[in-house]
Amino acid sequence: MIVSLTINGEPKTATIGGFESLLRVLRDDLGLLGSKNACEQGECGSCSVVLDGEVVCACLVMAADCEGSDVTTVEAYGTGDDLHPFQQAMLDEHGVQCGFCTPGIVVTGIRLLEENPTPTEDEIREALSGNICRCTGYGGILRAFDRLAKEGTE
Amino acid sequence: MEFVAAKDLDEALVAKANHPDAEFLAGGTDLMVEVNLAHHRPSSAIGLRRVDELREMTDLRIGAGVTWATLESHPHRALAQAARTVGSPQIRAAGTLGGNIGTASPAGDGLPWIAALDGTIELRSKDRGTRVMPWREFFVGVKRTAILPDEAIVAVRIPEDTPARQEFAKIGVRNAMVISTVSCVVTHGDNGTTVALGSVAPTPMRATRAEEMINAEKNPSEAALAEFARIVSEEVRPITDHRSTESYRRHGAGVLARRLLERCLS
Repeated sequence: MIVSLTINGEPKTATIGGFESLLRVLRDDLGLLGSKNACEQGECGSCSVVLDGEVVCACLVMAADCEGSDVTTVEAYGTGDDLHPFQQAMLDEHGVQCGFCTPGIVVTGIRLLEENPTPTEDEIREALSGNICRCTGYGGILRAFDRLAKEGTE
Repeated sequence: MEFVAAKDLDEALVAKANHPDAEFLAGGTDLMVEVNLAHHRPSSAIGLRRVDELREMTDLRIGAGVTWATLESHPHRALAQAARTVGSPQIRAAGTLGGNIGTASPAGDGLPWIAALDGTIELRSKDRGTRVMPWREFFVGVKRTAILPDEAIVAVRIPEDTPARQEFAKIGVRNAMVISTVSCVVTHGDNGTTVALGSVAPTPMRATRAEEMINAEKNPSEAALAEFARIVSEEVRPITDHRSTESYRRHGAGVLARRLLERCLS
């Protein structure tokens, strides 16, 4: 079956062979390799995308169920030269080490900041509780939010 | 038919009547794990994400399609508490109470609340209409329910006479993103105390002997609370598996039940 959906503001169509996940379609059919495929069971958050306004794990979304959906992936934010302020803050504060979780953290983090520009540390920790990072211990990631909060008030 | 994204409940029920082997897809947080890991390949599926009727919610009737994210602020305190412990924000944005009921895992975090309040499961089919089933009849084993092949889970209903106090807690190996080792709901009100537990039997269960014992006490003494915990530990029927041992689950069940009862009485 053919599914039409909007990805990062652009209309796209994908040919679905069965019950594969949105993540597989993003990566294998549409060449959007930013969303990472790690656990494939919704535990790690490295495939986080915004689906119709909610941050979800793309690995748990059936692509066939995405007709008419609006999807935002990490590719929507910044380019190699021109980073989103949260991406720049993650870089400056060493919120990135191996980088595998980073796309999911960027999607979740930016969505949180869009909904709540001045989150408390508890709110940040709660929002990131489904994004597992085994390198940084989250210190650098939390400092990235702090930096944005400070820059926002200066 | 391979996949139908149902626009409303009627369309979903017609598709299910015509294809009884089809599986309902709500939030995908259970089904897609099975599909991704190639444990399971559905013959066909019916998507429920767009069915507004399933998202209707009142204090006494919760549509099967209501997500955990929505339930986090439900007026029933123990249900809201349970919702906040499910998975992660990503899982709670997608997963639904109806999915929890349909999957019927012993560890389903919403199920002890249904058992503690003597909830009923509202089922519907195209040909036979609505059927309302007590939770005890609905959950028949590990991931097994009494649903018929042409039926959909439409809602959970709970009786009008709701207890004044209700508390949920669970034990797991970490704080977020964790499947219950033991979960428990205790309620307390004019009709007495109820105790329901998850992850300690093939289905959600009530600790009825512990309920009888504590309901005979006007102001439970320290000794009565200890006896209550002991009976709960005795009544549960846990197993040892990759998540915990039988003996730890027995111990945890008693500790949780007593702690929640004390919260209800405070």
